[in-house]
Amino acid sequence: MNFLVEFYAHHSRLLDEIGINALLALSLSVSLQAGQLALAQAGLAGIAAYISAIASMQYHWPLVASIVLAVACSTLVAALLAYPVRKLRGIFLAIATVGFGEIVRVIINNLNVTGGAEGLSGIPNDVNTSDIYGGLALVAVALFFLSRTKFALAVALTREDEAAARGVGVDTGMVRFASLALGGAIAGLAGALYAHSFYFLAPADFGFGRMEEILVWCVIGGVTSPLGAVAGAAFLSILPEIIRGLADFREITNGIILLAVILFAPGGLSALWRTRRTAIPRDA
Amino acid sequence: MPDALRLDGVTVRYGGVTALDGVSLTVTPGATLGLIGPNGAGKTTLINATTGIAPLAAGSISLGERRLDGQPPYRIARAGIARTYQNIRLFGTLDVRTNLAAGAYAQPGRLSDDAARALLERAGVAHLALDTLASALPYGDQRRLEIARGLASRPAILMLDEPAAGMNPAETARLVTTIRSLATEGIGILLIEHDMTLVRAASDHVVVLNFGEVLASGTPAEIARDPAVVEAYLGTTEDIA
Repeated sequence: MNFLVEFYAHHSRLLDEIGINALLALSLSVSLQAGQLALAQAGLAGIAAYISAIASMQYHWPLVASIVLAVACSTLVAALLAYPVRKLRGIFLAIATVGFGEIVRVIINNLNVTGGAEGLSGIPNDVNTSDIYGGLALVAVALFFLSRTKFALAVALTREDEAAARGVGVDTGMVRFASLALGGAIAGLAGALYAHSFYFLAPADFGFGRMEEILVWCVIGGVTSPLGAVAGAAFLSILPEIIRGLADFREITNGIILLAVILFAPGGLSALWRTRRTAIPRDA
Repeated sequence: MPDALRLDGVTVRYGGVTALDGVSLTVTPGATLGLIGPNGAGKTTLINATTGIAPLAAGSISLGERRLDGQPPYRIARAGIARTYQNIRLFGTLDVRTNLAAGAYAQPGRLSDDAARALLERAGVAHLALDTLASALPYGDQRRLEIARGLASRPAILMLDEPAAGMNPAETARLVTTIRSLATEGIGILLIEHDMTLVRAASDHVVVLNFGEVLASGTPAEIARDPAVVEAYLGTTEDIA
């Protein structure tokens, strides 16, 4: 017990980071599962983070109300974003949504209410580790139940072959819209929790660098596996702590790992796990 | 009795090219309509127009009293129109069970394993294991799985786009039995095929398309004797010599 208390005292910040990163990875994973390379999660998380922080700092909203408002706003923005990008696929969708993220960053960078480039400090630190993992558990349970519905089948079919999916009665436009909005909601939750967990927000926290990190977590974990995305986020969040000597080369290390995964395990860690499980006879 | 599919004066244009020009035909429940014609005659375009993929420049398509033209493909599928593709479009990385569940997507409830096996049996591939990946199946089985996926939607009309392509004569003969059996269940079948042996054996009525227009229409025997069809499509023994 003492070991756990001591571990938490030393690593609570890392644990919080892993939980929030796992949420961000899940938010992108929802889009990727529907075959959409929509890279707006960092921007959506940024919107939610600032809205939640401003609601509690300037309007003294209670924590839960601030988070609910932030999640509602990020979901709405994601839903609105889904309309203009509805006909874009693949790299074109990626570029458009990266552009959206940069627009969000530039706006945050130039508004007084967000603190501009200097950032927003003094955010009430109302969120602790259990809140973050409670949020993660809530999302995981919701996604689990969603995976048992026909919506999950529609998502898989849309990813596999959109035209054939329409041919069996799937409204693929609605699936794409819903997956973007759901991803926006999860990203919003991550952003709001981040704001109340880390005291301080800066525009760069939600820029292209963060989006690239989220994508790398999902690719390393496995783009069609929510569990893989969480594992990828946890792995790359912990890695700098394990190899502290390479802390200054974090992005290079991430790049090398990403390259290795793409070359040797294109399905990510989750695919490796599945392959290993099927390779071992059941009675072994 | 399921509804008939009616195409009335259907015209489809791709830019300046008229792919279908005022085509009218009816697919009757419980019967098989063979649709033949040279490459580029507009056969697949007709299926694409019916399923909402190719927009109509003129004409109308209806299933019973319900107009289908102008509807998105997913609504047309839910209305009871199922199809297979000239180039197989199974969900390759998903297993047989999920492919069949995909076909039953618009049906209430979940597709049970027993129902899935019954679909495979109706399509003539009862031997397939439900957990086999679709992409791992032999070519002929993939074609039949696509038919089973279409049947999973309990269609009023099933449109088969060259279902015998790549099949050997024995497989083609079994396909005739399957198509005949499905028609006796009350399903209206539109069969596009170049294999005239299959068309003659499986079809109750045949429509011949040429350059996007209906060249001839009649029973398989009538079509085989039609001089215009012989000249445009079937050819004669003298041609071969």
